Amino acid sequence: MKALMSGNEAIARGAYEAGVRFAAAYPGTPSTEIMEQFCKYEGVYAEWSTNEKVAVEVAIGAALAGEKAMAVMKHVGVNVAADPIFTVSYTGINGALVIVSADDPSMHSSQNEQDNRNYARFAKIPMLEPADADEAKQYIKLAFEISARFDTPVFLRSTTRVSHSKSVVHLDEPGKYEDKTGFVYNAQKYVMVPVNARTQRVEVEKRERLLNDFVETFPENKMEINNPEVGIITAGMPYNYSKEVFPDYSYLKLGMVYPLPEKMIRDFASKVKKIYVVEELDPYLEEQIKALGVKVIGKEIFPYTNEFDPGVIKDAIEGNLQRAASPYKESLAARPPNLCPGCPHRGLFYALSKHKAYVHGDIGCYTLSYMKPLQGLHSCICMGASIGMAHGMSKAMKAKGKGKVVGVIGDSTFLHSGITSLLNLAYNNSDALIIILDNSTTAMTGMQEHPGTGYTLMGKEAKKVNLKDLVSVLGIENIEVIDPLDYKATRSAIKEELAKDGPSVIIAQRPCALFKRGGIKPKPALKVDTDKCEGCRSCIGLNCPPIAWKKGVTKEGSKRKGVSYIDAALCNGCGLCAQICKFGAIS
Amino acid sequence: MSDREVKSILFAGVGGQGILRASDITCEVIMEAGFDVKKSEVHGMAQRGGCVTSHVRYGKKVYSPLAKTGSIQTLVSFEKMESLRYLQFLRKDAAIIVNTEEINPPAVNMGDDPYPEDIIGFLKNHYGKVIGLNAAELAQKAGNIKTANVVLLGALSNLMNIDKSVWQDVIKKSFPEKLVKMNLAAFQMGIDA
Repeated sequence: MKALMSGNEAIARGAYEAGVRFAAAYPGTPSTEIMEQFCKYEGVYAEWSTNEKVAVEVAIGAALAGEKAMAVMKHVGVNVAADPIFTVSYTGINGALVIVSADDPSMHSSQNEQDNRNYARFAKIPMLEPADADEAKQYIKLAFEISARFDTPVFLRSTTRVSHSKSVVHLDEPGKYEDKTGFVYNAQKYVMVPVNARTQRVEVEKRERLLNDFVETFPENKMEINNPEVGIITAGMPYNYSKEVFPDYSYLKLGMVYPLPEKMIRDFASKVKKIYVVEELDPYLEEQIKALGVKVIGKEIFPYTNEFDPGVIKDAIEGNLQRAASPYKESLAARPPNLCPGCPHRGLFYALSKHKAYVHGDIGCYTLSYMKPLQGLHSCICMGASIGMAHGMSKAMKAKGKGKVVGVIGDSTFLHSGITSLLNLAYNNSDALIIILDNSTTAMTGMQEHPGTGYTLMGKEAKKVNLKDLVSVLGIENIEVIDPLDYKATRSAIKEELAKDGPSVIIAQRPCALFKRGGIKPKPALKVDTDKCEGCRSCIGLNCPPIAWKKGVTKEGSKRKGVSYIDAALCNGCGLCAQICKFGAIS
Repeated sequence: MSDREVKSILFAGVGGQGILRASDITCEVIMEAGFDVKKSEVHGMAQRGGCVTSHVRYGKKVYSPLAKTGSIQTLVSFEKMESLRYLQFLRKDAAIIVNTEEINPPAVNMGDDPYPEDIIGFLKNHYGKVIGLNAAELAQKAGNIKTANVVLLGALSNLMNIDKSVWQDVIKKSFPEKLVKMNLAAFQMGIDA
């Protein structure tokens, strides 16, 4: 049987076919759909953990109990989870443990494009890298086999183009689940105090040697000898790009990117005269191959940055940078992603922009508000960073920063990694104002549950954390809860809290406009009264998708050059524009 | 098609227009017709009213899900000015299907940039076949503006050598039962447009 599947759907399917019934993750593009698919299979346990570090620890716990466990995250999530990952490499895993890292070359939806193949080498953990959905399904199964056989965690690395491309996948019958759980007591192996860690450190090197032998015969490292003049060593999606433009070259396609098959690489080099290493991002394969003394061409001609496509590879190898050009030579207005119609963040950032504060942002839909016209935040580094950064800036600026430093953070992001920073802010008595943008979901990645929503990934009701109580027990005394679409109340809460000494938290509470369970029924669309509209464009300044400009609609006795109008098909009647129109033209 | 030939379709438009659903349906149709098929797109940021594209590639054996510049035979643009954004990907003899509906980007609303004029005329001057249709209006006639994506698939099906019944079967499987009739009507509107 075959089906059209994305790489992410195929990873979920492959894990299920391999008899995996346990997975933990934190959502993050381009990895999210793996769990959303996996949780639908019968008999599985799948959870959204509060962050990636927790997800890996949950999976380790399950693996130590004897389960085949999977932890799933985007590339930067591995940074959060790095602490347990580096040491579980020492302990080994009893059952089986696979960590899926979905990398994002070109940063389609990320703050950096780090190359997580480096983690495999760094943590001495084997890594497989599929090139399309069919391979993704097959490789996750192999990853679990290798994990169990060598008592090691295994990485499966995907990239956005593997995760989000769809292709034909050949389905197999799902394997039967066998309950092998039980307690295994082995303190020397699982208690990583120095004396035991030193012993396990040696075990890691023994495992490395075994894996070095294993990769030489690993069937997914494939040599295709065609044209003996030119060969390409590659892995993952760049294999497909290369085959597309150079079908007759010879290939060494690596299914396993750590460790590398040294003998096989030397063998390939002996059969092919000129070798290119085709890889996105870091010269990861190239440096290791060059260290073997094998002569290859790599980043001398290929870019370090961004994902490739077939054209990039063809241009680099042929030395021809004349890519096909568009006949349309005028500049075209950009169409950046935007906050949705009725988004509660729009109200908050519109109000906040009036207070001339320095706003530290965080990861979520609201990061989009940095753009014109809202220009609502001024920094963004990583999940949870806003609170620590606001605190640090406030301390450094002393009196100059008083009433002017703000950190904003979404509810899911706050629960992911903001709690400890807020505790720090209270403990070290900051003057910064923190605004928690509570839209009751993980919106940016597509409406995932978290401990503040009251539901789990599997759709079960769960303990729902009360953000106000949580903030209070962390030591914050000044707490206000507001509706960010109530413009006046939002303005005055911000003004009041900025003026106070010591830390303050505003919880801006309103469910995401796309969130069905939020109980928000769209109200009738608003209309612009063109007799009253003076064409001041204040409402346009909200950058709300239904509000557009119609030029040339003038009026006697007015200087207006056009009017605003509202697309009734898009408007959900949130009423924010009506509150900021000075002429009462919107109702 | 020869063994090595791979054809490419580019779907382009604005987040929320049902572009990914349309390219999913197209891929299912192509797979049912016996071809290898791959498609590529990016979820996430693009869905928030930003630009959305999806590459669909098919043939006897397809390697890359992404087409290279200058190689795409068919562009289906779900919004008028979006048809201009990816012309570097098209072959000179490409066919273009354009929904003539206009959705202003923020910079046009703010008065910083113009909305381009006579887009259809420009495309006709440069490409072999340009089909302009107001898919939103036709979708309204079919019963719901949200079927505009399926109207465009009707127009696309006229350019592809795959039996219309395969398309209709996939459309039937792609929507909940109560929406099937409306979507089949929208598909026919696109065929007849």
